[in-house]
Amino acid sequence: MEIIAHALRENPLVTAFAFVGLIMLVSVYLSRYLTLGRVHGSAIAIVIGLGLAYWGGIQTGGSKGLADLKLFAGIGLMGGAMMRDFAIVATAFEVHVDEAKRAGLIGVLSLLLGTVIPFIFGASVAWSMGYTDAVSMTTIGAGAVTYIVGPVTGAAIGASSDLMALSIATGLIKAILVMVFTPMAARFMGLNNPRSAMVFGGLAGTVSGVSAGLAATDRRLVPYGALVATFHTGLGCLMGPSVLYLATKAIVG
Amino acid sequence: MIIYGTAILAACHLLGVYIGDVLGSLIGVKANVGGVGIAMMLLIYVRMFLHKRGLMPASTEAGVGFWAAMYIPVVVAMAAQQNVVAALKGGPVALISAVGAVLLCAVVIAIINRTGPQSQNDSWTTGTVADET
Repeated sequence: MEIIAHALRENPLVTAFAFVGLIMLVSVYLSRYLTLGRVHGSAIAIVIGLGLAYWGGIQTGGSKGLADLKLFAGIGLMGGAMMRDFAIVATAFEVHVDEAKRAGLIGVLSLLLGTVIPFIFGASVAWSMGYTDAVSMTTIGAGAVTYIVGPVTGAAIGASSDLMALSIATGLIKAILVMVFTPMAARFMGLNNPRSAMVFGGLAGTVSGVSAGLAATDRRLVPYGALVATFHTGLGCLMGPSVLYLATKAIVG
Repeated sequence: MIIYGTAILAACHLLGVYIGDVLGSLIGVKANVGGVGIAMMLLIYVRMFLHKRGLMPASTEAGVGFWAAMYIPVVVAMAAQQNVVAALKGGPVALISAVGAVLLCAVVIAIINRTGPQSQNDSWTTGTVADET
């Protein structure tokens, strides 16, 4: 047993490949026999992943979910930003340029809406809950854009660390909600062609949420959504500490 | 050779991230501005360029295709390392802001997608970019 554990620990990335393969296998079977194919296998796998992340977080008290357990350190590498972005870029190979170009303008519009709408809502909730100063409202509002925009904006305008934590929590909940509920709401959102995927990518923002949500809905839509969503964080970091902060300050004083 | 495809992918990735960083520092943001999106566009154009000149054999394509196919497993691994505990500890402000933001955006997505032109054809469901040119 000790020798097995040693072999797994010594080969973290390989262990991660095997383990994720196992999760996928279980998910595909659950999808086929438990839900009779109604829930996509990838959606189940992502929910299992999130569940394991919660369990890992409870076990170790760390911030990287399952990857904080020594045995599963490879999950951190396999699902880290480097591999995630590498795989996302690779999906561009399947993009139909004409479809993407046709939806270019609406993609930009949804990017703007996807930054401003969550910000206004987050800032308003913060205000109604007693965070009435411009810095707190902006930081929490930016967190509602993505969990990277939140702390970047907070740091730029001098927010306290517990505000930043609150802002990151807001963005994380948003990403998790998008991951889990996209497949369920796909029909409602009209998510069935490249144009709609680009609108979704701009408005839902958060690359992890969009990429996982689309993967669980229809694998072929991933590159279109991701193409737009990857600009979301940059735009948010640009607008958060500048335009949005100044506008908030002008309103609440 | 299969590594050519993976190397092209890696080169596009790195160049895109570099341009994203440069863009970020030019406009004074402490973040990468669209690096991955730029990398995706680079890869699309490199592919079209090489394909037209017949420099894209199937084995080279497989070097990219493998990573595109690994996408979902990578996303599952990504889900498994989210800070779910911290997210659940955020309290009512975080929860209400996030739920409301997601619901509002979903409604706006639905409105835009229902009013806009419907997809003209289903060509995107099959084949790849190279087949169009």
